[in-house]
Amino acid sequence: MIQVAGRPRTLLDVPMHYCPGCTHGIIHRLVAEAIDKFGVRERTIGVACVGCSVLAYNYLDVDFQQAAHGRAPAVATGIKRVLPDRVVFTYQGDGDLASIGAAEILHAAARGERITVIYVNNGLYGMTGGQMAPTTLPGMKTTTTPSGRDVRVHGGPLRITEMLATLDGVAFAAREAVTSPARIHRARRAVEAAFRAQLDDRGLGIVELLSTCPVNWGLTPLDAIAWCEQHMLPAYPLGVMKDTSARLDARPSPGKEPVRAAA
Amino acid sequence: MTRILMKGNEALAEAAVRAGCRAYFGYPITPQNEVGEYLSRRLPEAGGVFLQAESEVAAINMVYGAAGAGARVMTSTSSPGFSLMTEGLSYMIGARLPCLVVNVMRGGPGLGNIAPSQGDYFQVTRALGHGDVHGIVLAPSTLQELVDLVGLAFTLAERYRLPSVIGADGILGQMMEPVQLPEPIEPPPPPAWTTTGATGERRIISSIYLEPEELEQHVLGLMAVYDEIRAAEPRWEDDRVDDADVIVVACGTTARIARSAVDRARAEGLRVGLIRPITLWPFPTQAFRRAPRRWLVVEMNSGMMIEDVRLATGGQAPVEFYGRVGGVVPMPGEILEALRRVAAKEGVPA
Repeated sequence: MIQVAGRPRTLLDVPMHYCPGCTHGIIHRLVAEAIDKFGVRERTIGVACVGCSVLAYNYLDVDFQQAAHGRAPAVATGIKRVLPDRVVFTYQGDGDLASIGAAEILHAAARGERITVIYVNNGLYGMTGGQMAPTTLPGMKTTTTPSGRDVRVHGGPLRITEMLATLDGVAFAAREAVTSPARIHRARRAVEAAFRAQLDDRGLGIVELLSTCPVNWGLTPLDAIAWCEQHMLPAYPLGVMKDTSARLDARPSPGKEPVRAAA
Repeated sequence: MTRILMKGNEALAEAAVRAGCRAYFGYPITPQNEVGEYLSRRLPEAGGVFLQAESEVAAINMVYGAAGAGARVMTSTSSPGFSLMTEGLSYMIGARLPCLVVNVMRGGPGLGNIAPSQGDYFQVTRALGHGDVHGIVLAPSTLQELVDLVGLAFTLAERYRLPSVIGADGILGQMMEPVQLPEPIEPPPPPAWTTTGATGERRIISSIYLEPEELEQHVLGLMAVYDEIRAAEPRWEDDRVDDADVIVVACGTTARIARSAVDRARAEGLRVGLIRPITLWPFPTQAFRRAPRRWLVVEMNSGMMIEDVRLATGGQAPVEFYGRVGGVVPMPGEILEALRRVAAKEGVPA
């Protein structure tokens, strides 16, 4: 008998605290599948963020550290630098990564930290009750933009994955969505590629996953998926922005003379 | 044994490597830059990790990650940078992670200046971060003591699973003195609770306890550790206190200057002594059981340790204060003047 479906080894069989229709569960599963696929569960350390996924360590059967808000890439840097043969990933929301933790993700990416970043974007702060995030769409109502996000007051959406993809230290950057089986399949490939970038010692791998927040969006789970397709996808185009897997030979040659700054 | 003439920041850095420290994350700030500069060369030689972080916020969180992964790890900074590290320190205390943080204090508040100060006394002894936090705080007064306390700081941090802080001032960081360095030791293997990969039962490092009753149990556990530290770890030095009518209380560099003033006062026939707290937290309350006529607390701040002296002495004799602020270092003559004034007060025999 061939088993064609089942729970990934790394995904624990426990009830999740996420709201009905939330897509964190799907994304947790994609991370668990990638860890299983590469057979690295026993040498993987996850870093949980502050946000709805603060308790991610309850669901993924790997060693975990829980970081301060936005600081997961710095914590992951500390782990990876002292344990370079381990696999280290962060799991961060958009408030955590793109707002309070913008400096930490930017510099981890610039340094080319050999870590994998799973970045979940639902366009607002879910856990604290639906306030505006840097990723909130123009006109979108949140509890701190009751009349909708006014770009003249609050600025526009931060497409941080595009920004990070410009950095030399980033080996893989993609944005996908988990709003349909076909999209989830593409997202799975992107999550795997973001882990592969680390396993190949090429640099930082990041996948942004457009997610839904039915409760704070005020929509049913199905309507939230439709809203994500209709409004989030045009503002946040899907696809692979960078993938250095085809140019493994493009790495700087070792033993190069260090460049000395002029006195 | 060989003694080497070294600058304080470099002696501290070398002592850390010899104490088995194999990871350093830090951000440049005067007057402690030589620590990171020295370690950027020395740690890779010793098979360790040096990384210049993008900020003190990132540095302390890198320390968090490395400590959780089982490394003997440190950072160093100066006052404005220490403020930024207090967020991460609270998480480290909450998650019970050991590390060494060196604060080479400078004049404040705000950007202040880069001159020596003890203005972060309250911050290191009472406010390492939000919540019910404490960490062991050591205050060396010579470079030899600085070197010796580095090893102790790691030992205590790991024994109690809490951060240790060395509270130095800009003078200790910048001056040169002969020091005898300890024999190098290798770091211990990572303890069982560290996240090194779940080959057996998985490990979680976290400071979140959503249920108030659970968090209460966690904090009660921390409080029991604090009590254990208060009972076992206070350290201080006394000098000529047995017959003293006035006892000066000073720590760090200020204690060295105060000692010169005490020497001169004794030469004038005044019966004065000195108590020098070495641990600022736990404060060495036991050292204050004597009852002089008056106490004189001397600090390079607006009067902070004086509160601990008042608490420790319980009002049995008046506690006077002499301090300089803004990065100004008191001269022995100024402290001698203060001693003469206090000695001339009511209750102190002529």
